[in-house]
Amino acid sequence: MNSEISETVEAASAGEVAARVSAPPRVTPRAWEVAGLLALIAGACLLPFELSGFRLFQFTQVFVYAIALLGLNILTGYNGQISLGHGAFYGIGAYTAAIMIDRWGVPYGWTVPVAGVLCLVVGFLFGLPALRLEGLYLALATFALALSVPQILKHFDGWTGGSQGIVLSRPAAPLGLPLTADQWLYFLSLGVLLVLFMLGWNLLRGRTGRALVAIRDNPIAAEAMGVNAALYKSLAFGVSAAYTGVAGALSALAIAFVAPDTFNVFLSITFLVGIVIGGLASISGPIFGALFIQFVPNYAQDISKAAPWAIYGIFLIVFMYVMPYGVSGFLRLAWRRLTRATAGTRPK
Amino acid sequence: MEIFLQQVVSGLATGGIYGSLALSLVMIYQATDVVNFAQGEMAMFSTYLAWSLMNHGLSYWLAFALTVTVAFVGGLAIQRLIMRPVENAPILTIVIVTLGLLVIFNSVAGWIYSYIIQPFPSPFPTTAIRVGSVVFGPHDLGAIGVTLVLLILLYAFFRFTSLGLAMRAAAQNPASSRLVGIRVGWMLALGWGLAALVGAVAGMMVAPVIFLEPNMMSGILIYAFASATLGGFTSPGGAVLGGFLVGVIENLAGTYISFIGTDLKLTVALVLIILVLLVKPSGLFGRAVVRRV
Amino acid sequence: MPPLLEALGLEARYGWTKVLHDLRFSVEEGGITTILGANGAGKTTTLRAVCGMVKTAGEIRFDGRRIDGKATEDLVRLGIAHAPEGRGTFVGLTVEENLRLGAYARKTKASIADDLDRIYQYFPVLLERRRQLGGTLSGGEQQMLAIARALILRPRLLLLDEPSLGLAPLVVREIFRIVRTINKEQGVSVLLVEQNASMALRLADHAYLLETGRVVMSGPSTEVGKDDSVRRAYLGY
Ligand SMILES: Nc1ncnc2c1ncn2[C@@H]1O[C@H](COP(=O)(O)OP(=O)(O)O)[C@@H](O)[C@H]1O
Ligand SMILES: [Mg+2]
Repeated sequence: MNSEISETVEAASAGEVAARVSAPPRVTPRAWEVAGLLALIAGACLLPFELSGFRLFQFTQVFVYAIALLGLNILTGYNGQISLGHGAFYGIGAYTAAIMIDRWGVPYGWTVPVAGVLCLVVGFLFGLPALRLEGLYLALATFALALSVPQILKHFDGWTGGSQGIVLSRPAAPLGLPLTADQWLYFLSLGVLLVLFMLGWNLLRGRTGRALVAIRDNPIAAEAMGVNAALYKSLAFGVSAAYTGVAGALSALAIAFVAPDTFNVFLSITFLVGIVIGGLASISGPIFGALFIQFVPNYAQDISKAAPWAIYGIFLIVFMYVMPYGVSGFLRLAWRRLTRATAGTRPK
Repeated sequence: MEIFLQQVVSGLATGGIYGSLALSLVMIYQATDVVNFAQGEMAMFSTYLAWSLMNHGLSYWLAFALTVTVAFVGGLAIQRLIMRPVENAPILTIVIVTLGLLVIFNSVAGWIYSYIIQPFPSPFPTTAIRVGSVVFGPHDLGAIGVTLVLLILLYAFFRFTSLGLAMRAAAQNPASSRLVGIRVGWMLALGWGLAALVGAVAGMMVAPVIFLEPNMMSGILIYAFASATLGGFTSPGGAVLGGFLVGVIENLAGTYISFIGTDLKLTVALVLIILVLLVKPSGLFGRAVVRRV
Repeated sequence: MPPLLEALGLEARYGWTKVLHDLRFSVEEGGITTILGANGAGKTTTLRAVCGMVKTAGEIRFDGRRIDGKATEDLVRLGIAHAPEGRGTFVGLTVEENLRLGAYARKTKASIADDLDRIYQYFPVLLERRRQLGGTLSGGEQQMLAIARALILRPRLLLLDEPSLGLAPLVVREIFRIVRTINKEQGVSVLLVEQNASMALRLADHAYLLETGRVVMSGPSTEVGKDDSVRRAYLGY
């Protein structure tokens, strides 16, 4: 058996492990990430004309999840704050949209940005006391948030419709575009996803991204370098919640229904699964993570009707064995192997 | 006053269960920095095992003994076979593996035993115990007793045996432990085994109260998580005390604060805990984590 | 008689970087060997290589048998005790618990109490502090604890990693005196790596000079101590 020291050292020098807690600070996407993303967008624009309504809806859901996961990744992957409660922001976003449309008759287009701003504020405010909580304690606090949201939603049933939830109608394509409601929602989500990804990428590759990573990896040194950790951490919380809230609003539009028990603790845990499977602190990770959390449970269901979640659990574990740094970490490594092999510079 | 005392005792009984499960969380957390989300489901599965043993005609205590043994071996095996491959992976990766275990145990239990709620026997007499004018539930008192015995045994093991010492050492300082010849990997596995054993006892003690079903432990795990956090994830004794506190707070809040009722009990308990943590972020009995620059 | 410890063509690496190159050294049974070198020369890595804490290539023999590639835990059972760099104190355990851990891998558990007494005679300060947590000891006391913990194994070979580091000269002298006594009284062989060349050369009978992972000089300590370049670079006169 090798000692822990030699193993961590070896991994570190191979550049794979910077910290045991999270993936290495990789802010700028790699060539493969950009190329893959472009190919994906091109493919994504063709998809709606090939797939049936339900399949298409599943991909709409993937985009929505990807937005939420990007949000959580900003907080957990880049900034190192573990949240077990992002389902709550997703729920707040969804209910914001539903209440605005159903109770107040606001056009649906407004609900998405409003959900984002509202969650930005709520997230920021929640992030302020959370500053005092480290690691697990923050996880517990966010966990409590996730637990209480369904109960709070049921409590204010005048607005939320209680356990019954709110039924919406699906928005039709505007400007007489020749699209079905499914296709329109698909493009809408894709569009929002692309915009938010560009924004996120800009945010993360610059000063802000470096500050977030610095706070994650070495908070004391970051403070010493003049980074206002408190501000950045609350900001990360706010932005992260805003992304997730936007995703929640989109999901309300896509599903045309909200109910309190959808936004339970397991949704939050699913999001955490998504960012780890996709790859922490990576731009492309949320896409892979979203694909996983959307499709793998279905495949598990196909494999075993009796115990689908057992199959899902096995998938989770095997995935983590094969790709401990998530899909994007795996691809990054494969890419490096490939370039190193072709360049022939592998050190002896 | 009588109601108060009864609520405190039954709070202590459930609190002991939370504390036991919290202790198993802390034992694994201290050694590996990982919160084992599957802890509750492992306990649930063990409880089902005891249930089927009894259905096959075994006496309660024989089933109890067999179950804790199997749980111990099972916990050990899970560490060796399932956790070890990700030992050096990032912590969140390991956490996801424990989540995988959670859904596997839950789903397999539902598959084998169905989701129908089953009664689970208590080994204690059913006649209520009177002290003065106050009536206590015998199972409550019995569960407190079992919990205390278990805790004392564990304390003695860690405090006075060289294996217990080695396990503590391995959790604190793996590199130095190897230098004195401790097989750190096996100590971790033993830790998992003991944690599973403690969880199994907790499961069997709580099942008569909340009944047996595959999701029975999810609420308990949350309370255990809260207890460990409240007491301090770095302090096994603190986690147990945290459990008793959470149990009592939960019961008293449910009884005396009318708007809470049963629905918001959990939320209110958690909110209280978070308030406590804001004042003392390392938990009531925990050490502050010293960060290196 | 073959040496107790012998390394031949020893290499060690961290990941892709090789930090020890073709090392050759030995420790005689009952002898004290020192490896001197500046910061980063590879002294700690050499000791880690001997105890299987880093990936190595080449041969290491202990008592004539190959031990390279063996696990650290098994080497302890052969009688190799290591007082590591940074002292490796179990900071959350009491001094006595630290010492009891030292005996964890011992085959004969019977005389541990006696040995504990003897250790306390060598290090009276540890007796005073036996109920205190390891982390509350001063640097010098922790160094003594590290050596004491290694000794209670009743090792045949004691590996010491810069016991003088960061300690006041008086404390260093005390520690070296104890190491000498132990070597004389109990016949424990010692491999000492040091930057403090003058003290180490006085204690050891054999010395090696390590520079960037290579042995650049070796011989009896008295000879090495007389070498001009060593005097200039390491002894300061
Ligand atoms: N854990 C490690 N990972 C990578 N390189 C290391 C590690 N420890 C030491 N090194 C490198 O190996 C070389 C030898 O270090 P070391 O053996 O600690 O030297 P010394 O003990 O003589 O000061 C140095 O160049 C150092 O940077
Ligand atoms: Mg050194």
